[in-house]
Amino acid sequence: MRRSAASSKKKSDSITSSTTDLFRSASSKATTKEMDRIDHLFNQYANTSSNLIDPEGIEELCSNLEVPHTDIRILMLAWKMKSEKQGYFTQEEWRRGLKALRADTLNKLKKALPELEKEVRRQTNFADFYAYAFRYCLTEEKQKSIDIETICQLLEIVMGSTFRPQVDYFVEYLKIQNDYKVINMDQWMGFYRFCNEISFPEMTEYNPELAWPLVLDNFVEWIREKQA
Amino acid sequence: MSSRQNPEPMTIEEGCKLIDAAVTKLTRIIEGKPEPPFASHEYIGNYTIVYNMCIQKPPYDLSGQLYEKYGAIFQDYDKDTILPSIMEKHDEYMLRELSRWSDINKIMVRWLSHFFYYLDRYYIARSGNSSLTVVGMTCFRDHVYEKVHFNVKQVVIALIHKEREGQQIDRALLKNVLDLFVQNGMGNMERYEKDFEDFFLTETNSYYSRKASRWIQEDSCPEYMIKAEESLKKEKERVSHYLHSDTEPKLLKNVQTNLLVLVAKQLLEKENSGCSALLRDDKTDDLSRMYRLYHEIPEGLEPVAVAFRLHVTAEGNSLIKQAEDAATSGIVEEQVLVRKIIDLHDKYMAYVTDCFQNHTLFHKALKEAFEIFCNKKVAGSSSAEMLATFCDNLFKKAANDKSNDDSTIESTIDNVVKLLDYISDKDLFAEFYRKKLARRLLFGRFSDDHERSILTKLKGQFGGQFTSKMEGMVTDMQLGKDQQTGFEEYFKNTNTGKPKGVDFTVTVLTTGFWPSYKTSDLNLPLEMVNCIESFKAHYEIKTKHRRLMWIYSLGNCNLTGRFDAKPIELIVSTYQAAVLCAFNNTERLTYQELIDQLNLGHEDLVRVLHSLSCAKYKFLKKEPASKTISKTDSFEFNSKFTDKMRRIKVPLPPVDDRKKVVEDVDKDRRYAIDASLVRIMKSRKVLPHQQLVSECVEQLSRMFKPDIKMIKKRIEDLISRDYLERDTENPSTFKYVA
Repeated sequence: MRRSAASSKKKSDSITSSTTDLFRSASSKATTKEMDRIDHLFNQYANTSSNLIDPEGIEELCSNLEVPHTDIRILMLAWKMKSEKQGYFTQEEWRRGLKALRADTLNKLKKALPELEKEVRRQTNFADFYAYAFRYCLTEEKQKSIDIETICQLLEIVMGSTFRPQVDYFVEYLKIQNDYKVINMDQWMGFYRFCNEISFPEMTEYNPELAWPLVLDNFVEWIREKQA
Repeated sequence: MSSRQNPEPMTIEEGCKLIDAAVTKLTRIIEGKPEPPFASHEYIGNYTIVYNMCIQKPPYDLSGQLYEKYGAIFQDYDKDTILPSIMEKHDEYMLRELSRWSDINKIMVRWLSHFFYYLDRYYIARSGNSSLTVVGMTCFRDHVYEKVHFNVKQVVIALIHKEREGQQIDRALLKNVLDLFVQNGMGNMERYEKDFEDFFLTETNSYYSRKASRWIQEDSCPEYMIKAEESLKKEKERVSHYLHSDTEPKLLKNVQTNLLVLVAKQLLEKENSGCSALLRDDKTDDLSRMYRLYHEIPEGLEPVAVAFRLHVTAEGNSLIKQAEDAATSGIVEEQVLVRKIIDLHDKYMAYVTDCFQNHTLFHKALKEAFEIFCNKKVAGSSSAEMLATFCDNLFKKAANDKSNDDSTIESTIDNVVKLLDYISDKDLFAEFYRKKLARRLLFGRFSDDHERSILTKLKGQFGGQFTSKMEGMVTDMQLGKDQQTGFEEYFKNTNTGKPKGVDFTVTVLTTGFWPSYKTSDLNLPLEMVNCIESFKAHYEIKTKHRRLMWIYSLGNCNLTGRFDAKPIELIVSTYQAAVLCAFNNTERLTYQELIDQLNLGHEDLVRVLHSLSCAKYKFLKKEPASKTISKTDSFEFNSKFTDKMRRIKVPLPPVDDRKKVVEDVDKDRRYAIDASLVRIMKSRKVLPHQQLVSECVEQLSRMFKPDIKMIKKRIEDLISRDYLERDTENPSTFKYVA
């Protein structure tokens, strides 16, 4: 709580300034210092002309973080930032994310990732993250659905580690069926509910007369035929 | 006499002595023993004894003791006289004794009540004790009835059994005895029920259970039913003769359960004589009996209705199978099949109205049965299509053959409307019907009356929306006639561009009413082009803002073929005419040249050329002279052609558009489902999935049975088009998106 030399010169008549003031200004200084470091980090990866971190920059970031480019943790980071456009981070988003993670250096960011993963995987957050992952892939304006190929990749990333068999079967099915060329949000969320509510591979609780999306009805039917 | 003025009060002993003497006399009289009747002074005297003893001043007021004495008289009499007499007899004799002694007791009660009347008036009123009559009757109950009722019941039941087995018994006696049971209940039916009725019903139960087992083995269904009906009748009579009316419902229920309910399945399914056989063999009497018997029993008609439904379904299914087997090369004889189904319907409807008294259960069973087999496909044709084809043939024939009786046509139309009710794909029928109607109307084979008649009936049954397009089509034909007259007037007056020597008729169809037809850019011969142009000019004068689309595929043409032997009039379609006229200018044309000249599609040209060069009448010579058309063929006018007829009609076989019809209907269904879903959600705002589906099915059931998968798909489509959304908290519920 030492006054810096510079400030003592300026504040000649502030003999009565309280310690809280000192504290506040010091902590806000610390905050601005943190934000400076965050911005500094941003600038290391950002494209100078657009002032955004573009796909190239993200790739570099990933390699520095020693995380594969297609790893779910990057997606989680995007979620934390509430990033809107796939492949790009704006400065605001960057600030938002890193501030929330309390990471203002590369090292701290790296260390924050496991904690972030734990946070996202919490039941309360994961549904939100899962929906976010879909929206994140809607690259065109007014786009509502995602093509099968991308869906398969996305499923792999987002659900591959927790629901391995369901993802494997569903991806296989999506590739051989002809009814659907794209998947929409409703169907996407349906799959999440499916993984959480229906035992696999028994699927005894599944009832096609209920409100499951038709694609899942067909999926279950296909599996049953295989099992027979 | 007069009241005693003797100051000495009478003692109870003295009084009892006098009373006993009176009682003895009384009993002798009422037991029928020789004894002179009471003289009136004796009668009065007896009354007075009691009276005096009652009015004596206390402690000589003997009312209480007299009351006791009264009771004792009866007790003694019951115990010492009545009961022993009854007990020494058996069987019917015992019953008679009981009856006799009961009557005697009643008389005694009456007489002694008179003697002791004064007690009734004052003592009993003051003390609240039972009346004299009650005392007398209660004594009898306690000391006689209670002791004998068990044996009496045994005898009664044995007698009833005797009567059931056909022997005569003394009914009046039984009535008296059973009345006693009732009376001894002292105001309620408990004694009757517990001491007699319960045993009676148990006995009845085992009696009819045995009978049922025997009869069901030995007898045919009709024979059994006659016996059952007879038994019920007899038991009803039994009630009126000697049982209490309360017993009737319990008794009949008992008998019905044993004879009809427990054996229902065996009875109805009896081979060669059960419900099925009766229906098959037209046994209306037996069926009516079956209805009468089972109608009484709650839910008794259900198994009969089920048997009826199964039988009708089996009959229908076998008709379908017959038709399937008889269908050669995929062509079904729908005329035969539909007629047979109509006849089947008439036959079994007659049963419903006559034997089964128009009961709703049987109407329902008939409906369900027909719905099952009327929706089966036969050799690839749906019933909707078959019915439409049936109507088509019916009307075509009727239009040609004016001698046909109108009333048979009308009744057939009625039958068609009835059958349509059973078909779930009504919209498919409408579409096939519309296509065929179009052909009928355009090729002139229709009777306006018949067409309007069926449309009116269909409208009445299925609503205006069902028939609006078809009605529009028929109206168009009507208007077309007027238009044609106008068109001809136009020529008479203007004389411009009148087609040279060509009679030309145009029918203007309102788009939307008529099925959709594809247009083609056919290059018409010049003469036809002139006709088209002149009509266009006329039409544009008459109406503004209307666009004419020419459907040449539906037109027909009369040409004269100038063959060497003789000219023959050819009645052909416009396409065929165009091809033939191409040879007016050149003797010979190749396939390719024809394509180029006429601008017809390959499919159409092949069809047309085939009909003109490879079919029955070869107006064109084909090189090479094979049976099929190939793109390398060339054609020449066959001047050598001749035939004994002066006029030849050359049909152009229509393209099989069954697939297209089905596709069109499917498309319409998707719209209908969408509309229905949106309508429902708009009014309900929030609705769980299953309810939405079931309401949608319900709404659309008048026209077709929607596939659940299709509904699901439409819901998903509506979600992606932002009409609906899934509730985030409750994913099986949908919300309307305003």
